[in-house]
Amino acid sequence: MSNVHKSFYDQTHTVFGHHKNKILQWIFSIDHKRIALLYLFVMFSFFAVAVMVALVMRLELFSPGQDFIDPNTYNQAFTLHGVIMIFLFIVPGIPAVLGNFLLPLQLGARDVSFPKLNLLSWWLYMIGAVLAVTSLFIGDGFADTGWTFYAPYSIKTGTNVIWALSAAFILGFASILTGINFVATIHRLRAPGMTFFKMPLFVWGLYSTSWIQILATPVVGISLIMVVLERTFGIGIFDPTKGGDPVLLEHMFWIYSHPAVYLMILPAFGIASEIVPTFCRKPIFGYHAIAISSAMIAGVGYLVWGHHMYTSGESEMIKLIFSALTFFVAVPTGVKFFDWIATMYKASIDFKTPMLWTIGTFVTFIIGGLTGLIVASVGVDVYLHDTYFVVAHFHYAILGGVVFLMFAGMHYWFPKITGKMYNEKHASRAFYVIFVGFNLLWFPMFIAGMLGMPRRYFDYLPEFEIWHKIATFGSWVFALGLIYMFTTLYRGWKYGEKAGPNPWNATTLEWQIPSPPQLENFGEIPYVDYMPYEYEKGEPVHRLDLSVKEKKTHE
Amino acid sequence: MSNAISNEPEIVYDKQGNPHEVVDFNNDYEGAKLGFWLFIFTEIMIFGAMFLVFGFYLFQFSQDFMDASNELNRLLGGINTFILLISALTMGLSLVKLRNNQVNESKKYIWITIILATIFLTIKYFEWSHEIHLGIYPGSPTLNAMEHGTKLFFGLYFTMTGLHGLHIIIGIGVMFWVLALIHSGKVNSTDFVVLENTALYWDLVHLVWVFVFPIFYLIY
Repeated sequence: MSNVHKSFYDQTHTVFGHHKNKILQWIFSIDHKRIALLYLFVMFSFFAVAVMVALVMRLELFSPGQDFIDPNTYNQAFTLHGVIMIFLFIVPGIPAVLGNFLLPLQLGARDVSFPKLNLLSWWLYMIGAVLAVTSLFIGDGFADTGWTFYAPYSIKTGTNVIWALSAAFILGFASILTGINFVATIHRLRAPGMTFFKMPLFVWGLYSTSWIQILATPVVGISLIMVVLERTFGIGIFDPTKGGDPVLLEHMFWIYSHPAVYLMILPAFGIASEIVPTFCRKPIFGYHAIAISSAMIAGVGYLVWGHHMYTSGESEMIKLIFSALTFFVAVPTGVKFFDWIATMYKASIDFKTPMLWTIGTFVTFIIGGLTGLIVASVGVDVYLHDTYFVVAHFHYAILGGVVFLMFAGMHYWFPKITGKMYNEKHASRAFYVIFVGFNLLWFPMFIAGMLGMPRRYFDYLPEFEIWHKIATFGSWVFALGLIYMFTTLYRGWKYGEKAGPNPWNATTLEWQIPSPPQLENFGEIPYVDYMPYEYEKGEPVHRLDLSVKEKKTHE
Repeated sequence: MSNAISNEPEIVYDKQGNPHEVVDFNNDYEGAKLGFWLFIFTEIMIFGAMFLVFGFYLFQFSQDFMDASNELNRLLGGINTFILLISALTMGLSLVKLRNNQVNESKKYIWITIILATIFLTIKYFEWSHEIHLGIYPGSPTLNAMEHGTKLFFGLYFTMTGLHGLHIIIGIGVMFWVLALIHSGKVNSTDFVVLENTALYWDLVHLVWVFVFPIFYLIY
């Protein structure tokens, strides 16, 4: 191999044959880095669509009464927004993009365990996405049930529920395959010497997430299939006119969908655990506690689903049990926050953009998390159930937690993925715009919810107008901020300066190889017998050069 | 994938100079088995969820379920159980033969497994068409006029045996694929993990039936 460093953008492995066409080289590539970027572009296209749908909904709610869209379209709009954001964006989100890209790099592996399966996951994801989009344009249009598909309405409505359900099933299958791939990779392909407790914490987040994907997704998959069978054949399992129990569907849906919330947040927490020590130039406080708490959240998160159904008919005893278990999830989460803040304590923090996003998330996620405890209390929730309070809560947790940390991770690993650096000034300004817009958009909803504004309503009473007006104004600021941020990143990718292998002085293995990495990542695999995040006097302790060397090519 | 994989395992050395082998992701027997076991877990969760639904309604409509169970043909169900039991044995034998490098024997046992699986499906077909002939299928007017518990029993019966039958069909397809791989020599006495995983899958399909059979046929 020549001395000129060739990156994964220049050469790749494909699943079959040698393609001349650049596009074929991408969509048939089995290189985990390329698959990550495939996910990235498709996912953010859908993200853009869902954001626009949400903006239309907010615009409609700007003043009372019907302005732009009719009530049925509104029902379809919030379903579309939910289905895209949950199944197409945030569930695959961090694992499929950043996880795919970074897991082998952080473990010191040349690829994931099953590269072909990895590509298959992306194709399944595309099939699911196309199914969901197609249903927009045929028959009565997209499902209008909300993304939860509660029976019996999902059995009776005339819209294309079957399409949306099948799409969700296939997307779930793609997610399961990714989970299998990651668990096998983490068990088998760690660099020699790297024990479980020497893995970077992002990997720990992915590990817990993958187990949720493997064990919880099948339950919702089969439940969705049963709703499909209910609609096509009338098997009666969720149909009360045939003795079936619709609440059973709610249980089976949330057995998956509540752990899915932790599936989203755990890798995001992993990103925070990478960024905090890097920009504090300190070993992370409580490495083991953070690692174990990920697994604990995944474990306890399995047993809390009933808190979605306090008002659907549960016995008083089971409500109390679910409520107590839900409170318990806050303990490992609190451990993580404690550890991050303890890491920041007395550090000379470098407030670069990734760190800004992370600290911003600490603010918004604390609000999202603590309001979660409020709605987990049975008595309060009976009052707040299905109000804007809940909407604000989960947007603070998911958007202000998962997506913000995803943005943090995108800025943090941007130089590794592209080899270039974005403009720091614009990137940090974009953060402030989005942060302000976000709080303007969602905080009024807490108040509106407490005053009794129900969610998923197309219209509202005049006394709620002020809160809706502020929220809609906030949505514009938020959208502008998103455009600003993506423009900055795009310009960085096109015109940015070369970043070099390790612009942040970070310690984990992905920073020891050139940016962007070459095909199969490592020239030589290191022997890892040290902890991640080892800093001494603000400098990384271990510096390795693992790039391709003469006579060491693996091709 | 690169064809020029070196046969030498890659070695790295720690500070004391001890050698450690790097796992080659292209050729990782343990990884392939681990991955398939994880897939088996997801299958267990899928069928587990269905058993959960069954249990939920069994306790609500015990009498209806027992009466409906009496409608099913226990002899045919029993024969099918026996057939799957034998097929699990032949599947396992084909793996043993392949590992002993008796390629033709191994292929023969896979063929026997395929035939047994087809017989299973045929018997299942007769059972289903008997019920459908009587007007008992999900959404039928006859069934809708019956008790709630009966409707749910047959709804679950067709769903669960259908899902199981789908797994049998997929299994037959996989076995044909494995036969082709053995024929081309890609699966052989040293590289047999594909056949091993197929056998694992077949054991799962068989085990699921071992639970499906009693809960539908034997609760009377």
